[in-house]
Amino acid sequence: MSIVELILEALSSLTLNKMRTALATLGIIIGTGSVIALISLGQASQQSISNQIQSLGANLLTIMPGSQSSGAVRGAAGSSQTLTNEDAAAMSSTDQLTDIKSISPEFSKRGQVVAGKNNTNTQIVGSTPTYADIHKVNIASGVFIAQRDVDAMTKVAVLGPTTATDLFADADPIGQTIRISGQAFKVIGVTVSKGGSGFQNPDDMIFVPLTTAQKQLFGVDYLSNIAAEAVSADVMTAAQDQLGYFLLARHKITDPALADFSIMSQNDILGAANQITGTLTALLSGIAAISLIVGGIGIMNIMLVTVTERTREIGLRKALGAKKKTIILQFLIEAIILTFAGGILGTVMGALVSFIISKVINLPFTLALHSVALALGVSGIIGIIFGWYPARKAANLQPIEALRYE
Amino acid sequence: MIKISHISKIYKTDDFETRALDDVSFEIKAGEFVAIMGPSGSGKSTLMHILGALDTPTKGEYILDGESVEELSDDELADIRNRKIGFIFQAFNLLPRTTSLKNVMLPMAYAGLPKEEREARAKKYLEMVGLKDRMYHLSNQLSGGQQQRVAIARGIAMHPSILLADEPTGNIASSQASEVMGIFQKLNEEGHTIIMITHEPDIAEHAKRIIHIKDGKVFEDKINTNFRKVI
Repeated sequence: MSIVELILEALSSLTLNKMRTALATLGIIIGTGSVIALISLGQASQQSISNQIQSLGANLLTIMPGSQSSGAVRGAAGSSQTLTNEDAAAMSSTDQLTDIKSISPEFSKRGQVVAGKNNTNTQIVGSTPTYADIHKVNIASGVFIAQRDVDAMTKVAVLGPTTATDLFADADPIGQTIRISGQAFKVIGVTVSKGGSGFQNPDDMIFVPLTTAQKQLFGVDYLSNIAAEAVSADVMTAAQDQLGYFLLARHKITDPALADFSIMSQNDILGAANQITGTLTALLSGIAAISLIVGGIGIMNIMLVTVTERTREIGLRKALGAKKKTIILQFLIEAIILTFAGGILGTVMGALVSFIISKVINLPFTLALHSVALALGVSGIIGIIFGWYPARKAANLQPIEALRYE
Repeated sequence: MIKISHISKIYKTDDFETRALDDVSFEIKAGEFVAIMGPSGSGKSTLMHILGALDTPTKGEYILDGESVEELSDDELADIRNRKIGFIFQAFNLLPRTTSLKNVMLPMAYAGLPKEEREARAKKYLEMVGLKDRMYHLSNQLSGGQQQRVAIARGIAMHPSILLADEPTGNIASSQASEVMGIFQKLNEEGHTIIMITHEPDIAEHAKRIIHIKDGKVFEDKINTNFRKVI
């Protein structure tokens, strides 16, 4: 008997008992479906997170003030005041930092903002014109902070789209006045949404000139951080080193271990985030894979019942000249068809579920080809593994006993 | 054609052994129509299993068509059954919910014959047993007599050396039984060798030679003098 005929025979014997076939396949459908859906959703969230991190600025290095030890008391990282406007100015003007494209000194702090009857608590960012460039902030209407605003310490503000909605609902905020810590600021622009959420939401911010923030609002003379953009992604490490040694020299520190600042690369954050989402995806897929195995055991169970039920038929086939190999193949092919069909249906279902969920929670939909190939391959292998025992049992039946079986 | 000499089949349990067949010898020539008779427990089923290559004897020699059928592997026995023996069972044993045509084609499929030849032969033999208009009926839509005729068509489709029938009329009405016997006699006249196992004397009388088995031994082996011809 050719393989094609065996496959046709297997198909016709599977269609004889549709209900049982459907139930046997269900386990595999659910198993593959959940593996596919979870891998797809995991990849989607990974992509979404890295998109968000990248939207904060390309090739971004962030210099944070380090903790300063004063005696035995060690302050928290970022709490100290070791970064100054002069540091930023020196970085901008020096020609030693060949791998750095631009520098953005920043001071940010949360504050209460009032506009008419509305008020909100949001992140107030003292920034210079380079901020928009480095952090990829685009203006939806109006203008961003200009150098003359910084020089003249003007009281103007640019709102993030979330803040604008919080304060002015649907009205146009340009030209309106808001009050930050009791001082009046004129709104000169609104930024384009970046689609973030949570505590450090890039859409929920108010930008004011750096000098205004330092002197008028918060009364400080240091920076909360300096952002630097490297020339290209390839020189991130070199740029990080250049910045580090430049600042060490400026701060007259010889031992890098005692540095009073730290430099974080965007790649580090991206890497950490990818690692976390990758681990989560692997963990969830692993749990889903267990259900694939359970599905395989279901197939074995059904196949064993089938072998018992068809004992007479197997005996007859052997009496008419079917060899062991033919009987094994016949039952193995049935099992593989069951799991493979389950694999295909499961993949379709998993992709569908993942598509719906990603639409609902606003994630990009991805379906990697290799995960589909993996799911189909694994379900085929499960058919072979769990179909083997029942098929062998069928092939080893003695025709005399099988024919007598009632 | 068939020669068995000093065949014994012994089943051993822990304490004692049962001799299902005890030193049985006979010869059946091509073209014979033999009935093997005996009460239940006489060993005729065991004999039929050995003749049908479904089982191998403990002792003795079985030569079928010049080929020795002893101590063969399962697959070699399957091959002998496929090529040399046509089975007709008491319970017909057709594949359930499968057409007559496909049932007759099955042994030819295991022999690896090309599909066109299988179909042509199956149609020819179904026509011969008078089921021309039942070829595409499912086996469970046929009467007992019709099912047995499909089984006969299946049995002769491979042109076997012997047609081995185990109580072929045991499950069908007596009017259909004589119809089946008529087909057997016609096949025999065409040159087929037929061995039929039965416990009914009036069925056995359709054969030309009757072998009686009792307690695992050949009790009587004679030409049938009351030969009944189905007209």
